[in-house]
Amino acid sequence: MGAEVVVEGLTKSFGRQAIWRDVSLTLPPGEVSVLLGPSGTGKSVFLKSMIGLLKPERGKCTINGVDICSCSEHKLYEVRKLFGVLFQDGALFGSMNLYDNVAFPLREHTKKSESEIKRIVLEKMEMVGLLGAESKLPGEISGGMRKRAGLARALVLDPEIILCDEPDSGLDPVRTAYLSQLLIDLNAQIDATILIVTHNINVARTVPDNLGMLFRRELVMFGPREVLLTSDEPVVEQFLNGRRIGPIGMSEEKDTATMEAEQAARDAGHHDGSTNEDLRGVVPQMQPSPGLPPRQGDRRRKDRVMRILRSLPAPAQHGIIDSLSEADKQRYGLTRNPAGVRGRGGDDTQQFPGGNPSGQRIQGELNEESIARLPNSGWQSPPPRGGRFPDGGR
Amino acid sequence: MTSTSTQARFPGAGALRETGRLFALGLDVFRGFFQRPFQLREFIQQCWFIASVTILPTALVSIPFGAVIALQLGSLVTQFGAQSFIGAASVLAVIQQAAPLVTALLVAGAGGSAICADIGARTIREEIDAMEVLGVSAVQRLIVPRVLAAMLIAVLLNGLVSVVGVMGGYFFNVVLQGGTPGAYLASFNALAQLPDLWISELKALIFGFIAGVVAAYRGLNPPPGPKGVGDAVNQSVVITFLLLFFVNFVLTTVYLTIVPAKGS
Repeated sequence: MGAEVVVEGLTKSFGRQAIWRDVSLTLPPGEVSVLLGPSGTGKSVFLKSMIGLLKPERGKCTINGVDICSCSEHKLYEVRKLFGVLFQDGALFGSMNLYDNVAFPLREHTKKSESEIKRIVLEKMEMVGLLGAESKLPGEISGGMRKRAGLARALVLDPEIILCDEPDSGLDPVRTAYLSQLLIDLNAQIDATILIVTHNINVARTVPDNLGMLFRRELVMFGPREVLLTSDEPVVEQFLNGRRIGPIGMSEEKDTATMEAEQAARDAGHHDGSTNEDLRGVVPQMQPSPGLPPRQGDRRRKDRVMRILRSLPAPAQHGIIDSLSEADKQRYGLTRNPAGVRGRGGDDTQQFPGGNPSGQRIQGELNEESIARLPNSGWQSPPPRGGRFPDGGR
Repeated sequence: MTSTSTQARFPGAGALRETGRLFALGLDVFRGFFQRPFQLREFIQQCWFIASVTILPTALVSIPFGAVIALQLGSLVTQFGAQSFIGAASVLAVIQQAAPLVTALLVAGAGGSAICADIGARTIREEIDAMEVLGVSAVQRLIVPRVLAAMLIAVLLNGLVSVVGVMGGYFFNVVLQGGTPGAYLASFNALAQLPDLWISELKALIFGFIAGVVAAYRGLNPPPGPKGVGDAVNQSVVITFLLLFFVNFVLTTVYLTIVPAKGS
């Protein structure tokens, strides 16, 4: 099982410019998480802080009980062996060909024989579809191939944690989908904890178990995917739909005047550049390829989410329940009847109005103890309705 | 809020910070000398590379260097009527001062700039980050072999410069100024002594270390962008030169104090 990553109160600034403040989240072991955010919100900086390449001013990042931000250099190198990191450009060693690049971690960290190294390298190269390109230099291949080779190199040590910095940038939608599928398959095979940093909406909607978003130097939210996908935070809504109307501007954030002007232009009939579809809502999650074992992380996540179900917002609860299979519903004591969902509890069960998300909350499916919040679940309860943004009132 | 988040701000703080980091890297590299595994392959490749870019220029520079010393001293010493000591003075000047400096300038200018450009390009392409993330120390894997290579080649080149410089001096003194070959050779050890050779090699060793560490430091911390790498190379050469002449001054002073001149 992958390692759990617990980030607490991480704060990073360059000089006087704060990048983000007080970011706290937990990457649950073996689950796939995606961190969204507009360009320039410090997503890559966050990744680099997680692996100790940058030193945050405050906060902790704990992996297997080791705090990355304050441990000794020796420990840091040890912990890093658990990581596989895919950099934006692949970050291959320009002086080595692809084979040597992929074999590099094996030669440095293991005492495997050359024939064994060859077997592993070729296996990983095949996984990313680069068989036959082993002798090419990184300068001779396309950006997409570099990215895939970078992924192969990140995978040779069978990492417990995989971090991907924008796996989709520079790739066409088809290759992005293949790459996403590859990550999900990997997760099913080696049960690694995966964090993907991206601003690709498709990836965010279909791939992760958990979804978070960085904006205005804050973590807007982080939690089960259904929560962000059904959120009516204006930032989230704007970002998921790729609209100009909303709080995100060309340069990080907008002032009220610009916002009003844009709204007025839109009201006057100007097209605002979006497709007018609302892409929010829970879509089916990507599944491992047929023939692979089911994802362990998925199982754990369902248990975890069902335990905190009652603390989630109503639309997210609906999304979660709708996405459960019949077997799962049985398992968690949810049985569907024509009027809605009926709990196991009998008398205290309330009707669950299937078509009316604004209705009552689901209650009584599980007993009180099991609905308790998980420690370190990383889930932040959504901000109160009044203040739409975490820092809006300051 | 914590003290680590605020950096001291006063005039010159930036320069002090950079100096401190340079020294820290120097210490890390020094510690890396004794850590295993040693990157023998990288070391040999770098030795070969630095040697190949420095041998010819060094030889070509040291001939006129020896000649200039011989010519200058020749006309001066003749006025005192001490032509027989030209050989002695020329050997002393070449071995003690000229050889390590010429060596260092070329190791820094040709070898160091190439090291800095190489490391700098790797840094901005995130190769160094990737290496660190793979759990491999970039200092241990890349910097230590390069610094060691620079030191070894500097010591070896120092020998080359000494020989070529003295031969150049001989040629110009004997052939052009009509000096006596016998007197030139016979006075070789009139002033020079064995510790002069040791200090010469020690200087070359230290200069090679400085050139390697400064090049690596600027390469690991280049200003952003591809132009930044160019600037870093430029700065690394300038910084190295400044440091070299300063350290040379200190070493010479210390040496002259500790080791008495011959005959005194």
